[in-house]
Amino acid sequence: MSATRFDAEARQGLTMVSPPLLYAVLMLAAPLLTILAYSFFRDGYLEIVREFTLENYRMVLADPVFHKVMLRSVVVAVLVTLATVLLAFPVAYFLSFMVRPERKAMWIFLITIPFWTSYLIRVFLWKVLLAENGVVNSVLMQLHIISDPIGNMLFNVQAMVITLAHAYAPFAILPIYVALEKIDRSLLEAGRDLGESRLMTFWRVTLPLAMPGVVAATLIVFIPTIGDYVTPELIGGGKVPLIANMVQANMLAIDNKPMGSALAVTAMLIVAVISLVFVFLNRNFLKVRT
Amino acid sequence: MKGHGLRVYAIAYLLFLYAPILLLPLFAFNSGTIIAFPLKGFTTDWFSQMVADATLRRAFTNSMIIAVSSAVLATSLGIFAARASTRYNFPFKGGIMGLIMVPLVLPEIIVAMSLLVVLLAIGVELSIFTVILGHTLLCMPYAIAILSTAFNSLDQSLEEAAYDLGETKWSAFRLVILPLVMPGIISALLMSFTISLDEFIIAFFLAGNEPTLPTYIFSQLRFPKSVPVIMALGTVLVAVSILLLTCAEYFRRRGVARTGRTDSGGFV
Repeated sequence: MSATRFDAEARQGLTMVSPPLLYAVLMLAAPLLTILAYSFFRDGYLEIVREFTLENYRMVLADPVFHKVMLRSVVVAVLVTLATVLLAFPVAYFLSFMVRPERKAMWIFLITIPFWTSYLIRVFLWKVLLAENGVVNSVLMQLHIISDPIGNMLFNVQAMVITLAHAYAPFAILPIYVALEKIDRSLLEAGRDLGESRLMTFWRVTLPLAMPGVVAATLIVFIPTIGDYVTPELIGGGKVPLIANMVQANMLAIDNKPMGSALAVTAMLIVAVISLVFVFLNRNFLKVRT
Repeated sequence: MKGHGLRVYAIAYLLFLYAPILLLPLFAFNSGTIIAFPLKGFTTDWFSQMVADATLRRAFTNSMIIAVSSAVLATSLGIFAARASTRYNFPFKGGIMGLIMVPLVLPEIIVAMSLLVVLLAIGVELSIFTVILGHTLLCMPYAIAILSTAFNSLDQSLEEAAYDLGETKWSAFRLVILPLVMPGIISALLMSFTISLDEFIIAFFLAGNEPTLPTYIFSQLRFPKSVPVIMALGTVLVAVSILLLTCAEYFRRRGVARTGRTDSGGFV
């Protein structure tokens, strides 16, 4: 292939991709860079003073409230991710190995539907379920399992974990399912032929080969969960804020945009570091095997 | 057998996923004002109250305008990106596509806050237009994911045959490629529409004083009295979403069948 033909193709490709690229640059990259810039500015009385300072970051890092909220966000996100991925794996396994090929698309469709339907209402329904005069209490009392309603099911970390795990459940299944689908079935037969039990074949062949999907599922649940705004607001009742609520409060209610920006950037960095460490720990599983 | 236990688990898991959604219609038609068992009696009052609510009607109109505009914009932009990424090699392809797809994983609050800061700084007044800007950004990656599958399954020799028969680039696209990817385009439109209709965070922060259906729901949740009406609204929204998604799935499958590939199921 000649260099000119490649140039022509590159030019055509770049022209073709330029409208969505321009949109993403204007609406996403530019705003993110603005946040980054703001985080180094000083907050004046009514305006932002454009002089470079590291003061925002110093305050964020020294702030005990930030430590507490960030730690709580990480704990909630880790618990949600753990619950989601562990519960999702058997379903993905079932889909890939037990369901007849022509039925697979139907199952995937059924699993993804709840994910697309009214996130807000699903979160709110958990509030209704767990409320003091709510569904769980009324059912338990009717069955005479309890005589007085359980009062402290809402407004705490456990309730948030349940709600978020339910909301993100479908998202964890898909990447694991994709990884399982890619496994060459003859490898499993080879494992069995070489005298491994079903369980050992799973442990030594299936699971390691499925790990790229598990890692993808972990990240795809962990990252959005840690930035969730609605669940702490509704289920936590504003009493147990997560990092998203703290960023939002600084940006709007407290109206200290440089501080809000520094909080957002710090949180994103922490999430990025955790994600990278996690990927690094799993590096042996992620090497391409052919 | 081992497979049987897993099947039971998978069905139990599906039930867990659907449990809250299945409760919605129960309470939407329940005459009791408190959302708890036992159910009182059958009523359609909450639905008539819903239809009579002026703010809700306004929220509905706003949501429709936003969802239709975002779906059309996101799908149009998505066609360019999907076509470019499946047909051409160009420099920085990974980075460029990565940037376009990143709203898939970025927490929405970050997207919303950064857009808000910029819009406030350049003095744009918040309205449903600013929500459309945000929703288009958010829906675009989903549209691209669907459209890429559609463009990927195209047989390039069909396009070349059109050129050989004297068609120009544009007429070949219009007459050969477009009809083949049309099911993918419809699927992307429906999916984007559903996502926009359901989206709360961006609508909450970028809409100014204009209500959308999710922000209206959020504002009403504080008042226990209006919860049954929200249940009715939720029932309608979920029913509409499922209907739209089913249509999207139908068109996606038809697209797969049209190009003669085996179905691997949606986003995989």
